[in-house]
Amino acid sequence: MSAVAAAPGRRGPHLSPLARFILRRIGLLVLALLVSSFVIFISLNLAPGDPLSALSGGRSLSKATAAALTREYHLDDPVLVRYWDYLKAVVLHFNLGTSIQFREPVSTLIGQRIGVTAELVAYSAVLIIVFGVGAGIVAALRRGAVDGSIIAVSTVLAAVPSFVAAIVLIAIFAVDLHWLPALGNGSGFAGSIEHLTLPAIALAASAFAVVTRVTRVTVRAELGLEHVQTAVSRGIPWPLVVRRHVLRNASIPITTVVGITVTSLFALCTVVEQAFNLNGIGAALINAALEKDFGVVQGISLVLVGAFVLANAIVDLLYAFLDPRVAIGARAS
Amino acid sequence: MSTGVGAVTTGRLFVPRVRRRLAASQFVYGLCWLIVAIAVFFAIFGPYVRPHDPNYSMLQFQYVGPFQAQGYLLGFDSQGRDLLSRLMVGARTSMLGPLLVALMSMGAGAVISVAAAWWGGWVDSVLGTILDILFAFPGILLAVLTAAVFGAGLAAPTIALAIAYTPYIARVLRSAAVRERAREYIAAAEVQGVSAWSICARHLVPNLGRLVVAQATLVFAWAMVDLASISFLGLGVQPPTADWGVMVSTGETGVLQGYPLESLSAGLCIVLVVVAVNLLGERMAERGERKLG
Repeated sequence: MSAVAAAPGRRGPHLSPLARFILRRIGLLVLALLVSSFVIFISLNLAPGDPLSALSGGRSLSKATAAALTREYHLDDPVLVRYWDYLKAVVLHFNLGTSIQFREPVSTLIGQRIGVTAELVAYSAVLIIVFGVGAGIVAALRRGAVDGSIIAVSTVLAAVPSFVAAIVLIAIFAVDLHWLPALGNGSGFAGSIEHLTLPAIALAASAFAVVTRVTRVTVRAELGLEHVQTAVSRGIPWPLVVRRHVLRNASIPITTVVGITVTSLFALCTVVEQAFNLNGIGAALINAALEKDFGVVQGISLVLVGAFVLANAIVDLLYAFLDPRVAIGARAS
Repeated sequence: MSTGVGAVTTGRLFVPRVRRRLAASQFVYGLCWLIVAIAVFFAIFGPYVRPHDPNYSMLQFQYVGPFQAQGYLLGFDSQGRDLLSRLMVGARTSMLGPLLVALMSMGAGAVISVAAAWWGGWVDSVLGTILDILFAFPGILLAVLTAAVFGAGLAAPTIALAIAYTPYIARVLRSAAVRERAREYIAAAEVQGVSAWSICARHLVPNLGRLVVAQATLVFAWAMVDLASISFLGLGVQPPTADWGVMVSTGETGVLQGYPLESLSAGLCIVLVVVAVNLLGERMAERGERKLG
């Protein structure tokens, strides 16, 4: 690996570092998808008792149902054959199994609920980008009291678990001030905005803190560089220096940290949806785990982990395109 | 003290500010240690020093607030149980899980990173790829999945999080271990015929010690948030056991009825401990990096 990264030639006869980086990253993506889907698949076999009782969640099954489940999940085949069939069913037919509790395909269940989750994550992402990056830039440019208070707030916010943030927001803005509804989905555009505002803030809180801190450090570092001082000494107006010489260069690491934190929301949304009683796939996952509805647990885990892995790969690739130095030094450090 | 005009002015302006800042940061870190010490005290001795039985419920006192009943400082929770006692006893389950996660991922991370740094080559590549793949699995989802498979409780999510956090520790330690491996004293020991095992155990790992402890401290803070979330979701510690995550969850009904103290006090305990541990861990990591150079 060090040999790969150390090749310093400008354009060797082989692949360019960027192409090699992209190939490696895509290979890793495929490998990660295979491994995580296998883990989710095999978890059914790891459950105490046999897979049938795991699928039924301990409910007693009639002979016919047991036979049907055995047939549907091919429980008599060897594990690897079953995994291959499972992959084929998921990829080709988007067949994620059946919910024992609701007696319908898991994909239907996900289809009904994924909208809420997508809206929630998107709303949070907007909050993180606007306020997280904004606060970070302000903190970097205005030293002193403003900077200090932004650091203090973000240090505390970074440690507030999303479910605690949810409870605090409900207690203050829903129960005490009656500004916004506490629980439920709402209908229509205005209704969902109204119902999703508190959840989106709770979901964004800790990510906001991370983005603010990284933005602040990056912009600060950029401000101290020689090319910025040169620009200032040449009499270029300060706002222009900030926009052209500081923010443009700082945008690369900021994009990455925004990407990584937004990606992490795919996992965290489970907690927030449950706290606010939202009808998204995260809450459905928790409900299924509590009710031992194993088909649903597997299906939603697969969707969430898949989205997480895919988004992570996109962030990495984006980073390499924005800053080609990454590909060259990717594994060297 | 000073000789020139410039030194006098800079001295007057500069020294007090630095001193004040130093004093302020020492105060903050002192506070962090105090919070951690109190939390550890209750995690160990909580069940012996709590004023009342944390599970004894007197429904007639439901939601009675602080200072209203003699001997019940914080009042009662949704089921008429003494809130203060529950917070004290809850420290144990809330901190035991994260401690186990930190210890397990610390051990696994140290072994993996030292092995990768020592042998290098294909061992390093394979281990690096495995860690990259592990990064793909968000800890909290893995914990939910294991809780669904093995049933609710603290054990399965704890192990799941230990696995999920191992790559975070191993990644930091690997680069430090590679740098340390290239040092002359290691080569000298090798030339003298000291076994690889003994060099790693006696020199390499102890020299990485500060960094290992710093990373484990940070993992403790993250795992505390995750495990509290799992308990909040109903997949971890089970009620009526007193646990901060569980208390935030059981208090949610109270929040909606305008009695938020149970949820908020338990949430505050979590946040205080996590902030304190985080700040201490970050400072340790900074110092560890600087010392290794």
